[in-house]
This record gives sequence, C-alpha cells and structure tokens, in this order.
Amino acid sequence: MLDYASLKVIWWLLVGVLLLGFAIMDGHDMGVGTLLPFVGHNDTERRVVINTVGPHWDGNQVWFITGGGAIFAASPLVYATAFSGFYWAMLLVLWALFFRPVGFDYRSKIDNATWRSVWHWGLFIGGTVPPLIFGVAFGNLLQGVPFHFDSNLVSTYEGSFWGLLNPFALLCGVVSSAMITFHGGVYLAHRTEGVIQQRAQHWVMLMGLLVLAGFSLAGLWLALGIDGYVISSTVRPEALPDPLAKTVSRVAGAWLGNYQRWPLTMLLPLTAYLGFVAAMLLLRAGHSFAAFWASGLGLAGVIGTAGISMFPFIMPSSSNPASSLTVWDSVSSQLTLQLMLVATLIFMPLIILYTRWAYRVMRGKVTAAYVRENNHSAY
Amino acid sequence: MLDNVVDLSRLQFAVTALYHFLFVPLTIGMVWLLVIMESVWVMTGKQVYQDMTRFWGKLFGINFALGVTTGITMEFQFGTNWAYYSHYVGDIFGAPLAIEGLMAFFLESTMIGLFFFGWNRMSRKQHLLATILMAIGTNLSALWILIANGWMQNPVGAEFSYQTMRMEMTDFAALLLNPDAQAKFVHTVSAGYVTGAMFVLSISSWYLLRGRNVEFARKSFRIAAAFGFASVCSVIVLGDESGYTVGEAQQTKMAAIEAMWHTEPAPAAFNLLAWPNETRMENDWQVSIPWVMGLIGTRSISKQIPGIHEIMAQNRLRIRSGMLAVTALETLRRDRNDKAALSVLNTHKKDLGFGLLLKKYTADVAQATPEMIDAAVRDTIPRVAPMFWSFRLMVGMGMSMLLLFGWAFWASLKGNFQHRPRLLKLALYCLPLPWLSCELGWIVAEYGRQPWTIYGVLPTRLSVSTLSVESLYGSLAGFVAFYTVLLVVEMMLMLRFARQGPGSLGTGRYDNETAH
Repeated sequence: MLDYASLKVIWWLLVGVLLLGFAIMDGHDMGVGTLLPFVGHNDTERRVVINTVGPHWDGNQVWFITGGGAIFAASPLVYATAFSGFYWAMLLVLWALFFRPVGFDYRSKIDNATWRSVWHWGLFIGGTVPPLIFGVAFGNLLQGVPFHFDSNLVSTYEGSFWGLLNPFALLCGVVSSAMITFHGGVYLAHRTEGVIQQRAQHWVMLMGLLVLAGFSLAGLWLALGIDGYVISSTVRPEALPDPLAKTVSRVAGAWLGNYQRWPLTMLLPLTAYLGFVAAMLLLRAGHSFAAFWASGLGLAGVIGTAGISMFPFIMPSSSNPASSLTVWDSVSSQLTLQLMLVATLIFMPLIILYTRWAYRVMRGKVTAAYVRENNHSAY
Repeated sequence: MLDNVVDLSRLQFAVTALYHFLFVPLTIGMVWLLVIMESVWVMTGKQVYQDMTRFWGKLFGINFALGVTTGITMEFQFGTNWAYYSHYVGDIFGAPLAIEGLMAFFLESTMIGLFFFGWNRMSRKQHLLATILMAIGTNLSALWILIANGWMQNPVGAEFSYQTMRMEMTDFAALLLNPDAQAKFVHTVSAGYVTGAMFVLSISSWYLLRGRNVEFARKSFRIAAAFGFASVCSVIVLGDESGYTVGEAQQTKMAAIEAMWHTEPAPAAFNLLAWPNETRMENDWQVSIPWVMGLIGTRSISKQIPGIHEIMAQNRLRIRSGMLAVTALETLRRDRNDKAALSVLNTHKKDLGFGLLLKKYTADVAQATPEMIDAAVRDTIPRVAPMFWSFRLMVGMGMSMLLLFGWAFWASLKGNFQHRPRLLKLALYCLPLPWLSCELGWIVAEYGRQPWTIYGVLPTRLSVSTLSVESLYGSLAGFVAFYTVLLVVEMMLMLRFARQGPGSLGTGRYDNETAH
C-alpha cells in the first residue's frame, strides 16, 4: 500500500501523462483539422487530409474524455471548480467538439459543395478552438483564478468569461494552438505525399517558429511579470485534503522556485526547445516518423514546464489565495487514488497496444487514388 | 417560467440526457447485430452477409456520430453545472466514469475506426475480431455508466467524512456488485438490443413491402426478429428484477410508480389504472388487481410494501434525526476537535442527507419550524402522476413489442413473412416504440429519484454549481439550438441512406446504385 503523499504526487504525474497523451494523440488530429482548409485546396485534397486521421480521431478523442474522467476521479475539487468556474470557456470547447464526430462522419456522405464546405469549416473549428481555449485556461491558472470556497466547500467563481481573455492568457493560447497545429502538420507530412505534404511542411516551419518565439516570450513574462504562489503555512502532504487548512501568499518570481530547488527540472523547458527544433530538422531531412515523436517530446516539454512551474499548485486563487487548490489538498481519498492507479496500470498498456495495432493496419500514405477507390466508405 | 439555477440545471440535464439517450440504445443493440451478420459472413462466406454488415454499419455510423457528440456533454456537465455534486461524491462517482474511459470507451472508439476503414486491410477473422471488440467495448461502457448510476439510486460502499466534507469510498466491491446496478445494466442493454432489432426489422419490412432487395431484406428481417424476441424477453424479466431491487433500495419510487398511498395488508394489490390526486394524497379512483403488487415487489405473500403515507412518517423521523447531524457537522466544521459534536454526528450520520433537505427552507437547520419539517417531508415523495403514467406507458410499449417480435419470430421460422403485409406494416409503424419506452424508462428512474441526486445522501438542490440564471438560460439555448440542427441533419442522412438501401454501398448488386 502506497502512502497518501506519494499517491498524490503519482496522480499529479499521471494526470500530466494523460494530458500529454491527449496532446500527442488527439492533438495531431486537431492540428490536422486546423490545417485542413489551408493544405487542401480542392475536395479530393481535403478528403486525403481528412482520411489521414479518419480511422483514428475517435479513439484519439478518448484521451480527452478519459483525461476529464481521471481528473474527476482523482481530483474532484479541481474538476468541479475548473469546469464550473470556466463555464463559458468549457461550453465553447464542448460546442466546438460537436463539429468533429459529425464533420468527420457526415461530410463525405453527400456530394454537394456547400455541404462539404460547411463541414470542413466545422472540422476547422473543432480542431482549433479546444487547444486555443486550453492554452488560455493554462495562462489563467498561471496567474491565479478568482474563486473562493465557503466552509462547506461550495466554490464561487468571481470573474467573468471576458476576464479570461487577458494578454498573457491569450499568448498561452497562441502557444498551445501553434504547437498543436505544428504537431498536426508533422503528422500530415508523414501520412501524405506530393503537394499536400509540401504545404504541410511549410506550415510546420511557420508554426515551429511561432511556438519557439511564443514559448520564450511566455517564459520571460512569467519570470519577470507574473507573481507566483507559495504555501506559507506548514505543508503536510500526508494530511486529509482540506483546501481551507493552509495559508498562501503571492510572491514575485515564485514560479521559478522549483527550478532552483530541483535544477534537473530545467530539462523540461529545454526539452520543449530541443523537441520542436529536432522535429523541424528531422522533417526537413525526410524522417517524418521520427519528427512526429520529436514533436511529441516538445509537447511534453511545454506541458511539463507549465506543470512544474506551479507545483504543488494546480489552481491558485487570486481573490482568496487560501482557497487555492494544490496537489496535497484537492485529491480523492487514498482508497480511490490507489484503485484508480491499479486500473490505469492495467488498462493503459492495453490501450497503447491496440492503438498501435489500429495504426499499423492503416499505415502508409493516404493518396487521391485511395480516396477514389474507397469513394463509398472513406470520409 | 423557471427562475432558479436548480430547476434550470435540472432541465438542462434532462434535455441533454434524454437527447443523448436517443442514440445510445441503438448503438448498444446494433453492434451485436453487426457481430452476428459478420460472423455469418465469416462462417459461410456468403457475400450478402458482408453487404448487410456494411450497409447496416453505415446507418450505425450515422447514429454513432451523434452518440459520441452528445456523450461528451454528459461528462462535461457534472463539472460545469453540478459542481457541488462532483465535489461531494466525486470520490466514488468519478471512479466508474474514469474506468469506463480506460476499459471500454477507448476500446470501442479505436475498434470502430478499424470496423469502417479496415475492410481491405485485414483478414476476415481479424476484422471480425475488431467488430467483436467494438461490441464488447460498447457494452462495457454501458456497464460502468450504470454502475455509476446505480450508486446514485442505492449509494452503497461509501461513508461521509466531516474532515473532507464529502462522501468517500469504503468498499469498491460493494459499488461494483450493487444489485441496483446489475439489474439496471441488463435491463438497459437489453432495451438497447430491442432498439437495434426494431430498427433493422422495420427498415427491412419497408424494403419487403416495396419488393426491393428481397434476399437482403429477408435475411436482415430474420436476424432482427430472433435477436429482438430474445432481447424483449430479457428486458421484461430484468425489468421485473429491477422492480424487485427498487423495492428494497427505493421504496419511495415504487410507491409513487404504483400510486400506493397507504400500506396495504400483504400481498398488496396492483393498481392497473388510477387517477392520483397530489393534493388529497389519495387516488380519485383506481382499478386494482389483488395480490399482484405484493408478488412482484417482495416475491412473497407475507411481506408488506410500505405506502406513501407510511414512508413519509418514516422520513419525518429521519429528518428530525438529520437535523441533529447537520447541526453537529456545522459545529465540527468550525472546530474539528469537538468530541461531543463528533459523537452526535456519528450517531445520526445515516440521516445527514435528510437533514440537508431542510436547507431548502432555512440556512439554520437547527431552528427549522414544524411547518418547514412538514414541507420537507412532503418533498421526499416525487410527484406521483408522472411516475405512474410513465411507468405504465413504458410497460405497455414493452408488452406490445413482445407481441410484435413474437409474431415476427414465428413468421420468420415459417419463412412466409414477406407475404404478410399486415405484419410488415405493423413492424414498420412500431419503429418509434423502443425509443419512446427507453426515454420513459429514464424518466421513471431519474425523475423518480427526486428530490435527491444521491438517494438519501445529497439533495438535488444542493448539488448545483454557483452560476447565474442568465448563464443557464444562455447555455440551455445553445444546447437546444445545436441539438435541433444536429437532429435535423442526422434524420435527413438516416432517411436518405435507409431509402437508398444497400445500393449506397456501390457494389453493383442492389437497386438504387449511386453512380461512381
């Protein structure tokens, strides 16, 4: 039986892994959605683009759904506070996601130019809005979010939807959007050939530069212009979770504290740079498969950087810092964490195995000839 | 005009859940029909069975897309609109939802890609394996959702903790083996099987009435008739089983379904028809069959079934005891070391939820007046008439489908069904029945749980997020708009492909071929 404090940290890592799985898997088909109107110039080209992810988008989307479920199970207070606080942002994500299943499945079922163009813009929205909003959400987490709990732990969000759209958060939104588009572009270059592949590569280079610039700018801004949070009372990692049992203060530069405490964590931002640069170089050299995983490494670097900068905070409160949610006081009971850990350790390897099988079955370049031959069954 | 967040949140949940449940049962049932059709193809090698798998699979896919779309809403909504619920019971309720993702939904969603795109890239057996895994994933998905839902009806294996101010899991096995969840699972998936069977039966009948694709339609009809007959029997038997477990865990629901205001001497009579009067708390009139209710509800002739008035009397005691629990809890939240308050809380813990019902009337539960207690007692009974009629309509439709499938199955054994236009027309017109009865079943189960989200533990009123009425109206309007458009689009595609028939596969073997 693992002790409670270790379980809490393990679950913080696991949720990070699930978010990364979401970014790598669902991220690449969302990125493909964003690029769809720009790399596919006519119906056949667009169908080629869509069919690179056609057999996989649904399975990939479950990373997102399971990530949400895991946060619900492992950290109900975070799930409850974030989803209800970011009400309109979450609804926008949800409504954007509506366009994906129907966009993929319905678009090519009717041979009509208007119909198809409605759905390919739908796929664009479904691929572009969620990563953008998740980036904005992370940007707000890093600055602290205005909410508080009453003594019964009823949470009240005191901000507005428009308050979420501040300059730093928008910059984070741009970074998130650009990296997901980058990742989708690398995948697209791997699965297509000819003119579509060239256009995808072109977008990858553009997005790569945007990610590197945006990530650097956000890092500088975070270091110089944004106050971090620290727990000012005694930290008791093994205690029963109670977010109101601590005191918290805002300190300039506090988000850099973990890098001084554990210098090895500086590898995370470094991984982000190395991953994206390596992906660009590998793609240019024609190693598109390796480029895909290098890009995944870049995603891991960005997500890891955001996570470790805030650790142990998950959702700091700007209006009532004592209500902030941390790794120590927002989680489920020891029994639930343990049980969910066992379930994850059993099923995650299986999921990876059969996902790999599905990609192997569908491997190879998607071409105009493929779409023609499978006119009635392909997307 | 609804003017409070609680009612609007309930309305939004009801609208989105009922809508989601238009697509789920068909998915659950159709996957097995696809497994059956494809298995026959793999075993016999007859081309028509592959065509059947692909054509019905196409319609399945159109339906599945909306099932996925509307399913994400359900997961989001616990967090967006039921934040206090998510906090208060997430420790238990979140686990089955997360496991559903890990164990079931991943499998289903990955395999569905191979089902549609893997035809020319895998051996026949490999493809069949993918289809079977997809079906298993779909059904496991239903299992975990109903384990979560079963816990809302009958919250076993959990304990309230005053330090964390929430329910915490104490026994995972109890959660899994909850009799409510088990009976509900089989009842619900069987209802899905009936829905799938009715869908194939009705559309095949339509082809036969028009004399189109006769061989294809005959084979589809036969499979649907046999599968549907077995499933409808299972729905009814397991519906009876969930009636029995409801009797143990949720007597209130049972009493409301039966409009049983008073406890009768065992075995109680069954009200076939009645006119419940909520203000007098009596039936204006009723048509009863002696003994039947006692036999269904208790499976004995000696056990009594409590009527509404007796349940209310019990609940009054529990509310009074719950007042002490709430008061002690409030003291403990101020001072965690108050031993006296802790001992009071531990004595009255099982009634804590009943005490919380008074929060509707006063913030200071300790000072609740007798009138407030009367009102809270009255609240513990859901409105009787909607329960009574929803249940009877659901059962009536179930019985009608039993007759239809019985006839269809008999005719398909004799093999002369394509010359029986009356049967074929009946099968066509009965198409909406499974959807209607599934929706009514949802109403009986969920409306009947009111005023609780978690029966006896957490009142619905306290479960919501802190949101404004304007936000709720806005989101509700958004859902209605999106869902209306999506339904129109889905129905249009469904009708288009159902009308066109297997010709839409472009194989050259059926009528109405699309040009290449």
